[in-house]
Amino acid sequence: MAGGEGRRAVTVALLSTIVFFTLLVVAITHAPGWPEVRRTFFDWGQFKNSLPEISSAFLLNVKMFCIAEAFILVFALMLAVVRSLPGPVFFPLRALGIAYADFFRGVPTILVIALLGFGAPALQLKHVPLSTTFWGIVALILVYTAYVSEVYRAGIESVHPSQDAAARSLGLTHWQSLRKVILPQAVRRVIPPLLNDFIGLQKDTALVGFLGSVEAFKQSQIDAAATFNYTPFVAAALLFVALTIPLARFTDWLVARDRRRRQGVTT
Amino acid sequence: MSALEVQGVRKSFGKHEVLRGIDLDVAEHEVVCLIGASGSGKSTLLRCVNLLEPIDAGRIVVGGDEISSGRVDVNRVRRRIGIVFQAYNLFPHMSVVRNVTLAPTLALGLPRAKAEEEAARLLERFGLADKRNAYPDNLSGGQQQRVAIVRALAMRPQLMLLDEVTSALDPELVAEVLDVIRELAAGGMTMLIATHEMGFARDIANRVCFLDAGVILEQGPPEQILTVPSEPRTQQFLHRIIEAGRL
Repeated sequence: MAGGEGRRAVTVALLSTIVFFTLLVVAITHAPGWPEVRRTFFDWGQFKNSLPEISSAFLLNVKMFCIAEAFILVFALMLAVVRSLPGPVFFPLRALGIAYADFFRGVPTILVIALLGFGAPALQLKHVPLSTTFWGIVALILVYTAYVSEVYRAGIESVHPSQDAAARSLGLTHWQSLRKVILPQAVRRVIPPLLNDFIGLQKDTALVGFLGSVEAFKQSQIDAAATFNYTPFVAAALLFVALTIPLARFTDWLVARDRRRRQGVTT
Repeated sequence: MSALEVQGVRKSFGKHEVLRGIDLDVAEHEVVCLIGASGSGKSTLLRCVNLLEPIDAGRIVVGGDEISSGRVDVNRVRRRIGIVFQAYNLFPHMSVVRNVTLAPTLALGLPRAKAEEEAARLLERFGLADKRNAYPDNLSGGQQQRVAIVRALAMRPQLMLLDEVTSALDPELVAEVLDVIRELAAGGMTMLIATHEMGFARDIANRVCFLDAGVILEQGPPEQILTVPSEPRTQQFLHRIIEAGRL
């Protein structure tokens, strides 16, 4: 019976999970250095004291993420479209696109942040912000545009050429076909890998702390330095996890809804 | 005036010459069937007429306008010529009605309400009225192919190209699609049809052309080509078809 088998599978999964984690907890708490680790990393009092400050610093991470993501989604799509342009006329544009993607995927993110964050304000240009956070966001946009454009490009190439042939045969222009037929299918297919890069971006906002912007990681560093206790890092880590998990579930829901609509009810 | 004139058309893919000088005239309201083995160039010829493949030599004239000159607006040309593919190629992310109205609204600039009205009329005519809001994945192969035909018709083409439109279908679904094509022929639609359905070709075609290795080896009325062909290659091809039980 399927129902009985299903129940048995759940029971087995539950039991093996409990056994596994019990063993893990026992192994860790019986380690020789555990009392010391517990004092420096899992101090409840420290946690409670540092959490409000780190939480408000974490808002800066969320802000950086949201601003950067909005630009990345648009720029990366533009870059991917440029790289998919057909014909020899567009070769220079395609070459530029490839050079951009190669460069910004090759240089470590923290280096791009450092170069822009320390270098750009030093130019003392008029009307250009001096804020390290601003330049940190710009660096994240530059780097992640390169990554996300690859994701989009994979999506575009996964749409069978016969879809474009059908669109063009009906008299649609290249752009109309791209906009209405190719891209909607391409983007739907790459939502999960796109989310993967979103999560990477959320975490990498912590790198901007390197420039001195007081975001969650920087704040937890300050707290840790003041108290000689590392619990604030754990607090910051939990905040990041609390943000990424709902995003992951939301994406699952989006993908499932799209599948239901295409294969489910016909009304 | 001919609806379609093909003169000396040649087309190569790399070193392989698929079309080696095709000459073909299709009169208005005429139905011409292209038969021949796989790889004989039937599909390539249809794709060339719709400018989906650029030709290497020759001329293609549709309704008196040369479309192969390179100076024409290919999008404008394609709006006058409908093509239906073997694999339907419906847009899977759009409902049936949106599949049908996409090109009229985008390429012809029809208001959406008017395009939907027209689509509803066509879907009704081909027995698909209850499927207007369905997505292609929910339809049978036969229904999908009928939608693809409706989608092409919605552009009010002067000429329809059908590229082995029943080859991907389960046998029991072939008839419903062939019925649609018969109705189009009865309505006077000019059609160029690549097909493996010899019985259908005999029923519907005014003329049958046998393609072999990139040339039209023999053409004439279906009863002549399909029963007493003069070329040995045509005889050989038909023998194999009869042995396979397809005629």
